[in-house]
Amino acid sequence: MLEVEHLQLALNGKSIIDDLTVHVSKGEIHGILGENGTGKTTIAYLIMGVNNYKPTGGRMIFEGQDIADLSVSQRAKKGISLAWQEPARIEGLKVEDYLRLSGKNSGIESVRRYLQMVGLEPSQYLDRDIDGTLSGGERKRIELASVLAMQPKLAILDEPDSGIDIISLPFIMNGIIEMNKQGSSVLLITHNERVVDIAHKVSVLCAGKIIRTGEPAETSLWFKDNCRACVHINEPVEEG
Amino acid sequence: MISYSVEKEYQEMVDAYEKAGGDKSALLGEDIARLVIHENKVLGTDEAEGIKIETEETETGVNVYLLVEEGVKIKRPVHLCFGVLPQEGLQEIILKVNAQDNSEVNVIAHCIFPNAIKVIHKMDADIEIGNNARFDYTETHYHGEFGGIEVIPKARIKVGEGGVWQSAFTLKQGLVGKLDYDFEVFCQDKGVAELVVKVYGKGHDDIKVWEKIHLNGAGARGLAKSRLVLSDKATAEVKGETYGNAPHARGHVDCIELVNGEEALAKAIPIVSVTNGKAKVTHEAAIGSIDRRQVETLMARGLDEDEAVDVIVRGILR
Repeated sequence: MLEVEHLQLALNGKSIIDDLTVHVSKGEIHGILGENGTGKTTIAYLIMGVNNYKPTGGRMIFEGQDIADLSVSQRAKKGISLAWQEPARIEGLKVEDYLRLSGKNSGIESVRRYLQMVGLEPSQYLDRDIDGTLSGGERKRIELASVLAMQPKLAILDEPDSGIDIISLPFIMNGIIEMNKQGSSVLLITHNERVVDIAHKVSVLCAGKIIRTGEPAETSLWFKDNCRACVHINEPVEEG
Repeated sequence: MISYSVEKEYQEMVDAYEKAGGDKSALLGEDIARLVIHENKVLGTDEAEGIKIETEETETGVNVYLLVEEGVKIKRPVHLCFGVLPQEGLQEIILKVNAQDNSEVNVIAHCIFPNAIKVIHKMDADIEIGNNARFDYTETHYHGEFGGIEVIPKARIKVGEGGVWQSAFTLKQGLVGKLDYDFEVFCQDKGVAELVVKVYGKGHDDIKVWEKIHLNGAGARGLAKSRLVLSDKATAEVKGETYGNAPHARGHVDCIELVNGEEALAKAIPIVSVTNGKAKVTHEAAIGSIDRRQVETLMARGLDEDEAVDVIVRGILR
């Protein structure tokens, strides 16, 4: 479904993404594990095409088409969407309207269901604005609900667990599983090895490069042992 | 009661209001207190129990006296409709309001100027809100696409002890033309004032908004809030002033102006002042272009860029 091949991004002469290759298959939850500053959010931005990020090398093929020159809207219309690590607040835009526009005018019953999937009681949220009156956790759950409403072919979830309290986390995880059951492939980007337990495959990111891909349990353990206490400060080293 | 001689003119006002997107049942329904004025002519007045409306036509407009009797809570909104339908004209409304103690009313004013090329609409209001009375006032303008209108609403509002004044002025349909909005509120003990202005400036619109709140009584509270979006060559200057002059008075000035385009110009001047050590007044003002992250968030859901901007603009002016 998505083939990212030898992707590169350099900003102001500095390499941010370095020869990154990752494949996401149809129906797959593919976890990307990386410590802070390894380029996780940059990958999400490059694939979605936001923040004026354009690759300086490599290819991003989605369902057979190179998407590098497509606008954000065009990529979304092809079936790619992004849940931001820190979702925007939009004054005056009600939760109901946000979910409806995400789901191409989904009916109210669908909107209610998506909120329930992320553990939010519809009657308490439908009429609220997605502005600063929502807590960070509430906003992230609504962001996930909006991606659920959109039912994209590929959902890019950038740190869906960051800033989430321990009570909210199971709802986020449930939302991701439901998203996958609905038919969306998921690129699950996180620094938390426990979150990728639900993935089918996991890649480890270091200094803008995928350095290992494998089964979740084994790869998470490797990440924990090798990256949690990184001694080479984001400079990939050869496995030995 | 609508007299036969003005029935046609009344219908024209209702039609213009409906064409502009208004709900005409507000002007035609029964058991609703209302006042309809075209230029300097009173086309219809209906009172409801506990509310008295007196009018006096002048050469250039109408003097209006509105009384809400003590202790009366008016259940259904009172509708005021002001308009000038020809391309040229002058309408000066002198409004005096007395909402007596413990009364409650919700007044909705519809201002209709669909064809204005050279029209001036002035409102000069003196409003007294009694002790523990509540007055909600919404003024919505429906302008045409010519921009040849000057709107000058000025009001001085005195809010008694425990009284509440809440007003919302909205002008987002059609070209603004020239707007000079000036509302000033004086609150006594535990009085509450909330002024909200929402304007969408386009073309060569020239917008001035001045909101002033004097928190003169202990525990008085005030909010001066403005939301403006400016496109094309529209210009705006917003002054939000709040004065905390009594113990435990709390006030806030909240101004956001979004500039959508290269040539629009926005200016915000928040003024906060405290003359009592136990008062607290805060302000926030933000001027900037439409947030890229917000636009891209909506684009990532499949909206085109223009659609995304439209959703954001409608949200901020909602």
